[in-house]
Parts: sequence; structure tokens; C-alpha cells
Amino acid sequence: MSTDRQVIIIGSGPAGLTAALYAARANLKPLVIEGIEAGGQLMLTTMVENYPGFRGGIMGPDLMQEMRLQAEHFGADIIQGDVSSVDVSVRPFRINVDKTQYTADSLIIATGASAKWLDLGVDKKLSGRGVSTCATCDGFFFKGLPVAVVGGGDTAMEEAIYLSKLATQVTVIHRRDSLRASKVMQDKAFNTPNITFLWNREVVDIKDLDQGKVTALVLRDTKTGEKSELAVDGVFIGIGHTPNTALFKGQLAMHDNGYLKTHDGSRTSVRGVFAAGDVQDHIYRQAVTAAGSGCMAAIDAERFLSGTLHESSHELVNPTTA
Amino acid sequence: MASEKVKTFTDATFTDDVKSGVVLVDFWATWCAPCRRIAPIVDQLAEEFNGRLTVAKVDIDENPMTPSRFMVRGIPTLLLFKDGDLKETVVGLETKDRLTQIITKHL
Repeated sequence: MSTDRQVIIIGSGPAGLTAALYAARANLKPLVIEGIEAGGQLMLTTMVENYPGFRGGIMGPDLMQEMRLQAEHFGADIIQGDVSSVDVSVRPFRINVDKTQYTADSLIIATGASAKWLDLGVDKKLSGRGVSTCATCDGFFFKGLPVAVVGGGDTAMEEAIYLSKLATQVTVIHRRDSLRASKVMQDKAFNTPNITFLWNREVVDIKDLDQGKVTALVLRDTKTGEKSELAVDGVFIGIGHTPNTALFKGQLAMHDNGYLKTHDGSRTSVRGVFAAGDVQDHIYRQAVTAAGSGCMAAIDAERFLSGTLHESSHELVNPTTA
Repeated sequence: MASEKVKTFTDATFTDDVKSGVVLVDFWATWCAPCRRIAPIVDQLAEEFNGRLTVAKVDIDENPMTPSRFMVRGIPTLLLFKDGDLKETVVGLETKDRLTQIITKHL
């Protein structure tokens, strides 16, 4: 059978679009399947101040729009749609989007990561009813109301700072006694008068499912076990991300935490399949590292397609984790 | 480009607007990035269910009463009404296939 594309890229965050840019400039006519969370996590952020080249910062959605236009300018095709299944056990690889099947000689996976929930059950049931993972989307509904933010990293601090301009009071709930957020973000949060911190607390329940809205959080002191309640109208969860790798279970080697394993640059456990960005990076998770690894994946794919990607000396040797 | 089959509902007329038939309402705002992602899917649904389903949008900045009445506290949220009764609530992003299944149940 004839192959639709030399390279298909799944995902349209910084990794996917940088891979598309490089693949397009290498004349590979890449197809990008953008996914339901098109543009990736940066679409949900406000000002990005650490992407090189933008001295005054750039809005996340604007940065993604620029990357997209740049990739398209060089000939990348970007289509809407969410990949429903993938088969990398056959060649060419099969990629299904709803009822349409695409085939590709090489595949770049840049499906990223999505916000983690608390795993209480009740948090998902009250999603859109006061529980949110996106302050810039849903902060609007909490003008003049008290809210809580769960987490101690950069995401949580960014949410708290954003919400402090809308909500009367923002309470940050963190299970440790110090933040893991960057110094800049910590300082910003500590210097905002209506942000307060509850240390060594975890959320064990969210009320009130019967009323179908958030009225309070039940907290547990991680040191004493003592329970308490905090009355809020909204709770924003910023406790990290999980990689979007469900499509590849049983097909590609993954770490225990679900992130794709890569070696020798962007190679996965299947020849011709490359991974870039947060889907394979649980350490750095920055826009610029995602973009960098997208570039690597495109160069690796190009070499694979031209037959000049040499076999590595250590193809995933550990059978217990591969 | 937005489908011409997608209507715009407002606070003033909402109750009448959903009174009969099966109606899908997309609550959105200009500043909501995920709303921009679901918009083309909503347009496609309007085209594909042409006539069997009414599809409409409510801008929550201009129409604060309706989201508050249905306890919408996150967008995008899609509400599905049948003859005036709320049947389904879909919060956040969903694939077109999944939305098609949800709608078809009520037709």
C-alpha cells in the first residue's frame, strides 16, 4: 500500500510544532494531528517570561499561534482531530483519527501531558461546578469569592497569582512546609496580600456533591492527622501533570510513571517512532526544552527516512522495564 | 469560520429558546482558549445534525444570568436540553465522536 506521509506528528504544543517546522524545512511535508488540547498547555497560561527571544514576555496562546504559522509557512499541514488509536506494530504505521486512517513511514509523538486531578472522585464530579485545573479559563466565575489552590509548584503559584486579582481571598494548600516553585514565582506569591498559605495540609474531600457545587474543602494535617474545613466557592488544582501515553500502552516502552522512554536522542523502543516534549520528559517540562526535543525528533526522523540513522549501541536493553 | 446554523442565545430569551426540541448550548467567552478549540466541533455538529438538533452559543460575559442559573462555573460547558429539560452537561473538551454519541441518545 502507498503511504500517506513520510512523517506524521501527533500533538501541536511546542514539541509538535517545532518538529513540524524542522520536518517541513527538510521537505518531508509533515502532517500534524493537533489533538483535542490543540496548542498544548501553553494555551492555558498567561504571560510566558522564560521563552528566549521575548524580552518582555509573550502570552502563551500568542506564542503557540506564532509557532503554528511558522510551521505552516514552511509547508506543514495541520489538521484538527484527536487520534483514537495507533498501530506501530506494522509498517507503515497506522494512525486512526475517528473514522479516517492515515499511514506514515515515521511517527513523532508529541502528545504532551495533561493536568492531574486529586483522585478523590468527587473532584471530577464537581469539575465545572467549582473544581478546575485552569485558572485562566474559570477564574472569571469566582470574582469576589474565596477560592483555594492546591499545590506548591510553578503551576499552582501562577494560578494563585492570577486568581488573586479576581477572588477576595486565595488560600494555597500544600502538603509540605515549603514550595517547590521557582524563586521568582514564590516571591510574587508571598508578596501578594490576599494570598495565604496553609502548609502541611492535604485535601481529603470536597463538599458539596448534593448541592452540585463547591462549598468547602475538608483538609487533613499531614503531621497531626487533624481534620479541618475551609469554606471556599472554588478550588483550582495545580498538582502536576500526567503524560498522554494511553494510545501507546503495550506498544512502546514506558517508565513506571507512564512517560515514554527515549534513548539516543528522541528514539522510542520502536524504530521510526520518535518522541518529543512532555510526553517523554518528567524532569524539565519547559516550553523551550519541549521545542528543543521537537527539533531533535524531526532531525532523527529525517535521518531514519534517509537511511542514515545508525543503529544505536544500546537499544533499550533492560527487558524488565522495556 | 462559524457555521451559519449555529444560533446565538441570550439571557432575555433563553427559556423560550430551549423550550422545544433537542438543543445543544455552548457556553463560551472570547478570552477562553479551550472554547476556541471546541467551537469548530460545535459548528460541525450543527452541520451534521442539520434540522434534528438546534445548536446555539451563549457568550457568558454578555449573558451572566443563564450560566449562573444552570450553575456553570467553568467553560467550555455544553448543556443539552430536550423540550426545555436539562438532560446532559459536558464540562471541558470532548471529542466529536463522544459528543455525537451523547446527542444521539436524545434524538
